[in-house]
Amino acid sequence: MMSTEGRGLVLDENLLFEKSQSGRVGYSIARLDVPAVTPDQSLIRDEITDFPELSEVDVVRHYTRLSTWNYGVDSGLYPLGSCTMKYNPKINETAARLPGFTDIHPQTPEALNQGALELMYNLQRDLGEISGFPAITLQPAAGAQGEFAGMLMIRAWHEANGQKRHKVIIPDTAHGTNPASSALCGYEVITVASDGILSKEAIAAVMDDDVAALMVTNPNTLGLFEADIRGICDLVHERGGLVYSDGANLNAMMGISRPGDIGIDVMHFNLHKTFSTPHGGGGPGSGPVGVADKLIPFLPVPYVVKEDDGFKLEYNCPQSIGRMKSFHGHFGILVRAYCYILSMGGEGLKRASELAVLNANYIRARLEGEYDLPNKQRSLHEVVFSEEGLQNDCHTLDVAKRLIDYGYHPPTIYFPLVVHGALMIEPTETESKQTLDEFCDVLLAIAEEAKTTPELLKQAPVRAKVKRLDETAAARRPKLRWERG
Amino acid sequence: MRYLPHTDVDVQQMLDQIEVSNIEELFSGVPADCRLKRPLDLGAAKSESETLTFLRGLAEQNTKTSDWDSFLGGGAYNHFIPAVIDQLVSRSEFYTAYTPYQPEISQGTLQAVFEFQTLICQLTGMDVANASMYDGASACAEAVLLTIRAGKKRHKILLSQGLPPQYRETIATYSAHLNIDLIDIPLQAGVTDQVELQKLLSDQVAAVVIGYPNYFGQIENLGSIAELTHASGARLVAAVSEPLALALYKSPGELGADIVVGEGQSFGIPLSYGGPGIGFFAVRKEDMRVLPGRLVGETMDKDGKRGFVLTLATREQHIRREKATSNICSNQGMCVLMVAIYLALHGKQGLRQLAEVNYAKAAYAKEKIRQLDGFSVAFSGETFNEFVILCSEPVAALKQRLEQQGVLAGISLGRDYPDLKNGLLICVTEQNSQEQIDRLVAALAGGEA
Repeated sequence: MMSTEGRGLVLDENLLFEKSQSGRVGYSIARLDVPAVTPDQSLIRDEITDFPELSEVDVVRHYTRLSTWNYGVDSGLYPLGSCTMKYNPKINETAARLPGFTDIHPQTPEALNQGALELMYNLQRDLGEISGFPAITLQPAAGAQGEFAGMLMIRAWHEANGQKRHKVIIPDTAHGTNPASSALCGYEVITVASDGILSKEAIAAVMDDDVAALMVTNPNTLGLFEADIRGICDLVHERGGLVYSDGANLNAMMGISRPGDIGIDVMHFNLHKTFSTPHGGGGPGSGPVGVADKLIPFLPVPYVVKEDDGFKLEYNCPQSIGRMKSFHGHFGILVRAYCYILSMGGEGLKRASELAVLNANYIRARLEGEYDLPNKQRSLHEVVFSEEGLQNDCHTLDVAKRLIDYGYHPPTIYFPLVVHGALMIEPTETESKQTLDEFCDVLLAIAEEAKTTPELLKQAPVRAKVKRLDETAAARRPKLRWERG
Repeated sequence: MRYLPHTDVDVQQMLDQIEVSNIEELFSGVPADCRLKRPLDLGAAKSESETLTFLRGLAEQNTKTSDWDSFLGGGAYNHFIPAVIDQLVSRSEFYTAYTPYQPEISQGTLQAVFEFQTLICQLTGMDVANASMYDGASACAEAVLLTIRAGKKRHKILLSQGLPPQYRETIATYSAHLNIDLIDIPLQAGVTDQVELQKLLSDQVAAVVIGYPNYFGQIENLGSIAELTHASGARLVAAVSEPLALALYKSPGELGADIVVGEGQSFGIPLSYGGPGIGFFAVRKEDMRVLPGRLVGETMDKDGKRGFVLTLATREQHIRREKATSNICSNQGMCVLMVAIYLALHGKQGLRQLAEVNYAKAAYAKEKIRQLDGFSVAFSGETFNEFVILCSEPVAALKQRLEQQGVLAGISLGRDYPDLKNGLLICVTEQNSQEQIDRLVAALAGGEA
């Protein structure tokens, strides 16, 4: 069996503070070419206790060693469900580092930054075409902030119509950010159980005149298209509510179906998922939001408009929900996403969605039977197995940790919450059949190990930088910073 | 397409394994009335060279601070970025990794964040810092929400008018529907008016929020404000949009702040038209469990070896859902790394020296402008690397006149501060040479730049 496991030298490395040597420097500061003056001594601080003192070489080795303890998309398959860990094209990084993009100040007069504004305008237009929404804001810093912006617009719309609604309906398969973002807008969350696909009846049972919105994820976190979505949207609209769609799983839908065409009123994009911008070890993300016509007056400020004399930032929106953050969004991330759209074209994006779905279904076909598949409906870009049937008290966590020993990043585990011991696999379109075959061979081997040598799963990982870490102790006695012992 | 590895043979074999005859069948779960019946109108794919040529064309239309004499600050600062930073953050083991939910293969990210948390604590004088927020403005808004959650029934927030306008606007957005009263504290001579502050304080005030330095570059008397604030039982939030100042001035922690938030862009992150930057968020130990955002903690593995994990996650949305301390999910991972590398390179001595250079350059510019006819320095107090001047010439015309000479003179204050319609906020950093400053002064005076 092929695998990506191997043997290597893993170097240890202390903390910056433990490496520090008094008097060592890693900087060169421009010569002072004006008279030296110092502020009022009463305002001045003492030296920063225990701040590191390192040479440039120390710092370079430190972070280079740290990097070798990480696993990224460039290391291998990273099949995290609902995270869309596709390849991050290198041209995106080159484009985002062009000096004309990195070296521009947000307060420069608009007439002097027409290229940046044109890029943002084009991206607004392209995201609108992909999603079917007439207007897009690029300002939200990440998906969760996009949700917050979207729900604020929904609340503003209701209030502009003289309505005070208090509730938001959210299926139990939703990401935790959905209820958290709703709560930030002052809404009470009504959770509905969904048996795979959300039924019109389930929504009708909780829909009333006090419901401001329904939040759905489509395709949902089980990888299933919400087949009743049009009827559900009609139902919510008839009772005066709006429908929010979490765009986390848009990677299955490009060129296939547009949320704006089927009754969705507002949706956020995750540029770091669908549009190939890097996850960065946790961020920065970028969470643009598309809205239907009726929500346009409430968009956050500023957004980019095109006028006869060029592009400008629009601030004059009296009904706007306001500003989500400083300046104009995560511009550096917007450049990467736009670069990706240019590189793929409309046909390429559709092909990406098709192959993402093909890859997930291939994994499903290869593993079904050996791993329990609780939901048999035709799934799209991701597939969710349960831990039912794993032998010898082996659990999803053990399978995940054993995958590490074989050289793979584990899938998303224990989410969605509705699947017992969920193992949620999203391969994305950038993985080849050969990679998927190797991965499936390994997962099948692990299922066999669970039967014959379960200790291999229980002890795993044994080949990573560290063995299983005591997370309980970390939470019980939090040590959140280094201090001199 | 070069990112899509499938050959026709691969696709056919995969379809055979799935037991469908074509890819279209895989989409049978998407009803016909939900399907897009035409191709996306996005144009054809561009080649790598065409893409770069096109984007370079857009980039070249922009105004680079390095080509101009730029004195723009106001929450985004033009500091030199050592070459080491981009080289190291370009290691794709860092930037193509996800959130470190699988700690055994994410120790690089986790240790780097643990070190970042420590560096932020040391710099701010606080006990606990999180793994970062989106930016300074949203971190400040989250700080306000923390004080409301922790402040029992207190529902008023006092915001100094010296807070950056974009911070105040973001706070207004975040608190719009949570029954929070936002009340402005007026300024006196460019700093928070403590007499007015004293009048506004009551047992209903959850927090007082002060810029340090404030939007005008002024160093607020944080110690005295802390005493007033604590006497009424409220928390003091210090918001730092230029954290380089903390290498020179007493830390907010030392002066009594309960929460220190701010923007870390100054530390090695490109301006990038205002984003991404990074918010930092630090508190005292007693507020550790009501913090928003991710936290990394130290622990041990089965063999007793030191390692790091995400911890105290029961505060967060993926566990606590609508009862979470915040809806935030991501942190600014890649920017965390930039800031940590920048601080590690500069270290104890370098950061102080750099702050002193910024101070001296701004002081030189301020003194030169003070001597010009038709201009005055607006406020007499201590400033760091920014200050406000008042111009007898209308500011819009003045700025345009200077733009024609390649000078970005500063930020007009009239829109956000009607009382300062003649005001111009000028920022001077180590990137501005004496010759540049002299050109600015000459241009202001009406001569050739």
